[in-house]
Amino acid sequence: MIAILIFGVSGLTLLQFFVSYCHSLIAESRGYKLSEQGREISGITANSVRGDEFRRLLQLIAICPEPGGDHNQVRAVSIYFGLLGLFRILFGWIQPAVVRWIESERGGCAYLAAVMLDRRIAYNRVLMARQMSTQL
Amino acid sequence: MIALGPVDYLLMLADVLVEVCCLVFLLKRRAFSQYFTLMLYFCASIAIEIGRFSIIKTAGFTSNAYLYFYFYSDAVLTICLYFVLMTFYAHVFSEMGVSKFVRGGAMLLLAGTAGISYHMVAASTDRLVTHFVVELGQNLYFVGVLLTYLLWGAMVKMRENRTRLMQLVLSTGVILSAFAGSYALGNLYPSFALWRYFFPLINMWLPVSWAYTFWKVPEDARMVTARVLAPNR
Repeated sequence: MIAILIFGVSGLTLLQFFVSYCHSLIAESRGYKLSEQGREISGITANSVRGDEFRRLLQLIAICPEPGGDHNQVRAVSIYFGLLGLFRILFGWIQPAVVRWIESERGGCAYLAAVMLDRRIAYNRVLMARQMSTQL
Repeated sequence: MIALGPVDYLLMLADVLVEVCCLVFLLKRRAFSQYFTLMLYFCASIAIEIGRFSIIKTAGFTSNAYLYFYFYSDAVLTICLYFVLMTFYAHVFSEMGVSKFVRGGAMLLLAGTAGISYHMVAASTDRLVTHFVVELGQNLYFVGVLLTYLLWGAMVKMRENRTRLMQLVLSTGVILSAFAGSYALGNLYPSFALWRYFFPLINMWLPVSWAYTFWKVPEDARMVTARVLAPNR
């Protein structure tokens, strides 16, 4: 009985901590301004990013060599994005306001993905510049 | 008899490697004096991983020696995680000067949890030492979850805005909840075959998320707490 209770409460707190952790990652990325080069490569023109661009940005992240360390954060936000999708299917039909909220959350996930891609592009540019300077 | 395969060894090695990486990040960012208990936790964790590996090699994965070592060392690691939590409490309440009370309260809770776990096992019909340590592990993690939740609540209430501290506390909350939940599920379904892969996998969360925080988030980074509660506001 106690094990079931602990499992239930832990499951709920896990969800709460995980969502808050993803929020903190998204909020941290909001302070980052996307570079012109990053925008050009990722095809983002507006200041905000639409949620449905998340998958495309993830594909771009996957082909861009990582500086190391952000792989698990990308995965955590992907899980959060998936959870939001599930939430939309389950509860989206009840209230249109829920759909709006989910879309803004998904947009936050997509912006974070754009920031991570931008950081990777910047890292690779520095790497390439270093390589070229050593060749010269 | 269950023998460990290459996947198990790979997971053990990966665990140690990410912990070493996090230690390096901590040292590189010169945060070791500020977060000394984090270093203590990783040093203990690396030593325990090496200890577990040597016991598997000498006595075997299914031996009683490994079973005892696994659960008791896990309890030691959880106590180390308590020390880490106390550090977070001390950071959050640093301006109020209540760190002595926090330390005292956490120690009392620790002793209370051990006492309750002992009482629960002593009251059951099969008084096994292994039952005590499994019960203790589950309860310690759960009390850890409650303490982290309390801390997070206090941080939200006090409008704590240090990004690094926020991310450290939240990732600790994630790992403690995941462990408490899986321990409870493990108590309900002890023979579930995937547990041996599951625990080393989630064990990697803490060093990876902490390493990311120390690497990407500078000490002076600030964030409005409301943005964590509702990021698009």
